[in-house]
Amino acid sequence: MQETGVPNQTPAPVPVVEPIIRAEKVEKYYAQPSENRIQVISATDLSIVPGEILALLGPSGSGKSTMLRMLTGLSTPTAGQVYWHEKPIAGAEINVSIVFQSFALFPWLTVLENVEAPLQARGIAPDVRRDRSMKMLDTVGLDGFEAAYPKELSGGMKQRVGFARALVVEPEVLFMDEPFSALDVLTAENLRSELLELWANKTMPTKAVFLVTHNIEEAVLLADRIIVFGRNPGHIRTDFRVQLPQPRDRKSEPFTQLVDYIYKVLTKPDVAPDEAPDQQVRVRDQRQMHYQMLPHARPGGMAGLLELLLDKGGRDDIYRLADDLAFEIDDLLPIVDAAELLGFLKVEEGDAAITPSGAEFANSEILRQKELFRDAAVANVLLLRQIRRALEAKSDHTIPEDFFLDMLNEQFSEEECLRQMETAVAWGRYAELFDYDAGRRRFVLPDAQDEEIAASEDSE
Amino acid sequence: MKLQHPLARTPVSARAWPFLIDLGVAACALTIFFSIVSTGVYWLGKPIPVVPISHSIGALPVYAFYSIVRIGIAYVLSLLFAVAYGYTAAHSPRLEPWMIAVLDILQSIPVLSFLPPVVLAMVALVPGRQMGIEMGVILLIFTGQVWNLAFSFYSSLKTIPREMLEASRIYRYSAWQRFWQLQMPFAAIGLVWNSIVSVAGGWFALMACEMFTMGTRNFQLPGLGSYLQTAADSADMRALVAGFAVVILIVVATDQLAWRPLIAWSDKFKIEQVESADRVASPVLELLRRSSLLTSLPGRIFARVDEPIYRRMALTKDCRIVHPLDEGQTGKASAGLWALAVTAIIVAGWGATQAILMLRTVTWHELRLLLEGAGATFLRVNTALLISAAWTIPVGVAIGFSPRLARFVQPLAQILASVPATAFFPILLIGLVKIGGGLGIGSIVLMLLGTQWYILFNVIAGAMSIPSDLREVSSLFHFTRWQRWTKLILPGIFPYLITGMVTASGGAWNASVFAEYSHVQDRTLQTIGLGAQIDAATDTGRFPILLLATIMISLMVVTMNRLVWRRLYRLAETRYKLEG
Repeated sequence: MQETGVPNQTPAPVPVVEPIIRAEKVEKYYAQPSENRIQVISATDLSIVPGEILALLGPSGSGKSTMLRMLTGLSTPTAGQVYWHEKPIAGAEINVSIVFQSFALFPWLTVLENVEAPLQARGIAPDVRRDRSMKMLDTVGLDGFEAAYPKELSGGMKQRVGFARALVVEPEVLFMDEPFSALDVLTAENLRSELLELWANKTMPTKAVFLVTHNIEEAVLLADRIIVFGRNPGHIRTDFRVQLPQPRDRKSEPFTQLVDYIYKVLTKPDVAPDEAPDQQVRVRDQRQMHYQMLPHARPGGMAGLLELLLDKGGRDDIYRLADDLAFEIDDLLPIVDAAELLGFLKVEEGDAAITPSGAEFANSEILRQKELFRDAAVANVLLLRQIRRALEAKSDHTIPEDFFLDMLNEQFSEEECLRQMETAVAWGRYAELFDYDAGRRRFVLPDAQDEEIAASEDSE
Repeated sequence: MKLQHPLARTPVSARAWPFLIDLGVAACALTIFFSIVSTGVYWLGKPIPVVPISHSIGALPVYAFYSIVRIGIAYVLSLLFAVAYGYTAAHSPRLEPWMIAVLDILQSIPVLSFLPPVVLAMVALVPGRQMGIEMGVILLIFTGQVWNLAFSFYSSLKTIPREMLEASRIYRYSAWQRFWQLQMPFAAIGLVWNSIVSVAGGWFALMACEMFTMGTRNFQLPGLGSYLQTAADSADMRALVAGFAVVILIVVATDQLAWRPLIAWSDKFKIEQVESADRVASPVLELLRRSSLLTSLPGRIFARVDEPIYRRMALTKDCRIVHPLDEGQTGKASAGLWALAVTAIIVAGWGATQAILMLRTVTWHELRLLLEGAGATFLRVNTALLISAAWTIPVGVAIGFSPRLARFVQPLAQILASVPATAFFPILLIGLVKIGGGLGIGSIVLMLLGTQWYILFNVIAGAMSIPSDLREVSSLFHFTRWQRWTKLILPGIFPYLITGMVTASGGAWNASVFAEYSHVQDRTLQTIGLGAQIDAATDTGRFPILLLATIMISLMVVTMNRLVWRRLYRLAETRYKLEG
């Protein structure tokens, strides 16, 4: 799945170095009793080779964190195998560390005790432990804070402790799970450049770094190799080397071209998977089922985006839009996807182009907007259409939510089901398709139409 | 730089103090040691089932001491059991549902129902020494203390944040390190609060269990409970008042010297990202922190013990690989588990057959009496709950809305909740007898005494938690009193109210055994009720009735839990939760 003719990257070469960690056709799915499967990650191959920073980039919900857990041995793949130096990872003595998004520090231990803990687990003598930990704290710039407790530190300092703890065991591979997303922009910038310094000066004996992130700029800034992960189910969309020399300039032409390219990849529609070869069990994953996966965006967000697009003349580069709004892909892509689903805009080659119905939507005032939204929703979203039809058909015009949750459950995991229902309810309420009684958990036809229907029934 | 002291938050004062405090700590340790030795001597002596209780006030300290020893030992046993039970339940997915169900059932059985089997077993186990009888009573107190500790530890283990668990796995913590550095600290706050409730329950049980009759055998142990009961029996007012004073003194002392420092200390285990503004202050804790003995000695002892263990564990195979978090324990059940299951089934089967044989001797008439009793007690418990709620809600809300008052009253309410109502039963019964009222109403009063404080301090906490901007909205839009109550106050305190009522309900059922049946001055007061029947059955030694009554009470409590309280809890967690 490599692209040619893409700026500043070359297709990943055939590895001549033995990979430290290698995943072979790993899959993660949950089997449902009804022969369907909720596929979180489809069969994927991935290798981590020494000497590079590898970024796994993808939107939320694409299974990147699950992938990280499988590569570190914290989670067992449902199919496929992960190898550590060509030995199965389950029984191997691996030496890796993880830096967590929420720092995962123990609040009842001081900074020093937190950093010493992994060394304690390895049975290292107390004075050697203290020495190594103090040196590491010095390296990350926390000299003087040994006796502080985590709750006395700021977010950036807490993550430094996280780094110190991860590096004190001298791991072969350093894994990072969205390490900077809980920090403010300036602190994150700071820590990123410090990480690059540590890596460049070979101050850490770490041979490879694996970074999971949803921030495109961060990935392009740090990584030597980027794997773009798509979702539904999780799979590799593209895998390429970044040739830009360090230090990288965000505003430079090659940088922005690369970011733009990645946006293009992410917004390209998914190719439908080939029919699986003849199997005993007929397995269907999300892409082959009939309920669309509703992107989690609010109607207000869509209205805003469309008005902005119209302002720009009806068409704009998605990267530029994100830049203008200071949105990350996690914020922008769901809105773009939702507007596309409803037919208000089209995505072509990384650009978003507004359609005539979208233009009408952007130009109308609120009541007309609701009408247009309602028509588009009923035409394009199966779930909303079904809810509306069921409400109209029933004599008391009300139906329990569980009825539809059961059907969604066939296709989505429990958690995703509830989120899908939440989004559907938000859209339905905005469009005045139905009312939702949260206390009794039922859909109800809105009153005006209720009377209308009653009146039309009477007249018949 | 001394690494034990965190960044200085309060100025550390003069040097002379630490020495005096050290001396104080050493003196306390010596006293404890001496008391353990003397208790040991008494216990290893000949068994004396019925010890004559003197009514002189001079004997009070000794009796108080004995009672404290019993409660202390029962508490330590409860803690150990709760940790072991909770740990096992949380770590073996196969056993987990069974263990929790068993815990649920055991929690609903009143203390007195455990009396015959436990005491008989202990006396038979250690026939030649006083220790047998003492252990029986201690285990009885244990059954009044252990269940909520076990629940608390178990639920703490299940709610450890996922990333901390992953960190402990990826850094290859041994089970030992994970227990002491992750699981116990995380569970500490829950255990401290539940210990307060447990010890209160222990005193409750102790007051009633130090002196009892079981069939033809009489037991009377030296302690505060027996003192108060005998004083009430002989209507010795001076002794009674002195006894109460000592009880209240002990409760207050425990609160100031043990609970408040523990709560203040357990603040360090709170998982919060920023320091919170309001913290419980405890002068005793500050004092103890200045003792250099207490700060350095435990650390050094632990280090000597810990290091070899860590070194040993690091060499094991288990500690060299990363264990996955999601799979793991499921799979083939080990042979040990199968053996356990088979023995459990055999034991349960044997127990069930014995029970059925015993139950066959119960006549229809007695069964009908039991059912009537069940209905009566059910009504009484719920009446007591309603009456408590009726006065504690308005008062609690009024107190909670005024922060100054709340700061003063809430700890007071906590202390009142710790004072065992069973200590006051004797004198109230005398009062009742003088008025000429029966135990029908009297038992409700007794239940109220024991349980209304839980509702009160929960309501106070609930009222304090209602955000002030909601209250401002209600005054801005001139809500009527009715609107204020139905739309703001009652929904706001709902989760806390439910917690309080569940605790109160459990306490009331437990109290029914002592409230509905009592010996006062050679008379036996009793009323129709399940609790009375349990007590009477123990007194006369009619074990089949005891068994049947226990089964009924347990069934009723567990059913109420599932049908009513769980639903209300779920409502509290979804609709009435204040944060989003």
